[in-house]
Amino acid sequence: MGIANSVLEAVRTEMSLHPGTYPCKVGVRIGELAAIDQDALRFCFEAIIRETDLESLELAIEVCPRRHRCQPCGRDFVVRDYDSRCPQCASLETTCISGDELELAYLEVEEYGASTVGAKSTQ
Amino acid sequence: MERVPLERKVLSENDRVAAELRARFQEHGILCLNLISSPGSGKTSLLECTLEALPPRDRVAVLTGDIQTENDANRLKRFHFPVKQITTGGTCHLDARMIERHLADWRLEDLDLLLIENVGNLVCPSSYDLGEAAKVVVLSVTEGEDKPLKYPSIFFKSDLLVLSKIDLLPYVPFDIEVAVENARKVHPGMEIVKVSCLTGNGLHEWMTWLRERRRVHKTLVQAS
Repeated sequence: MGIANSVLEAVRTEMSLHPGTYPCKVGVRIGELAAIDQDALRFCFEAIIRETDLESLELAIEVCPRRHRCQPCGRDFVVRDYDSRCPQCASLETTCISGDELELAYLEVEEYGASTVGAKSTQ
Repeated sequence: MERVPLERKVLSENDRVAAELRARFQEHGILCLNLISSPGSGKTSLLECTLEALPPRDRVAVLTGDIQTENDANRLKRFHFPVKQITTGGTCHLDARMIERHLADWRLEDLDLLLIENVGNLVCPSSYDLGEAAKVVVLSVTEGEDKPLKYPSIFFKSDLLVLSKIDLLPYVPFDIEVAVENARKVHPGMEIVKVSCLTGNGLHEWMTWLRERRRVHKTLVQAS
């Protein structure tokens, strides 16, 4: 719920920079190591926007896999089933370079009156 | 339709406060550790044993988080170190603002070590930076040995795994070697100590880790 609130706060802050528009979609990136359950986040997000001016705001979640880089050979690869061995040179000396993202990626905004579908009339 | 790039962390406000805390800890040469586990894994017991083993005038303080009650702070106060309870009133984790607020009336120049006991939860605490130098995860042998695989985030982000309640090993179907293997699958090279707060077994290894961490931290702070 705290995460959902933080996403919504960020949307409101950003919207103050775009007068005359309303937000349609907010994109977030979640790494598989971020300890965020997508369904729980979606549930909380929908609960806090219900019956508000942002009720039609869509939450788009992009899941990012855990990636490691091999120290000896420099290869980047996706870690599956906790197997962090380099697929190229079989070294176990690999370091995690991504996979714990919890980031706001983008916000899609629409000008009022630009579309036949308004912010509040979609629901 | 226009797409505006945001490109910032969801918890950027928490991260900002945590960075301020980290800078203050650094300035005063304080090693801050964030202890995380499921409820009932023995974080408070480990802290009791730790405070008991430290010299009486050691420059140590404890913040202990729970959803309700002052019970943990009351348990820890008898060691005569500064202890403060953070009751979150429903929130399942501590955040950086709570730490900032509860540190307000302590003199940081009087401290070398700050131990933070997070709310019992293996999920959300792993997302909230508290400005700590390291996270320590506690896993008791009455839980499953597959906990590291089920909750990889916290095991990945913690420097040390404390396997607790090892006195119960003869009575529970917990394969400690499998637990160690699972932890190192998620976090290759993870440091691990095995302790029993009841018998005192393994506490020496934990205290050695803590002492070494404090020594290294002090050296780093002095160097900077």
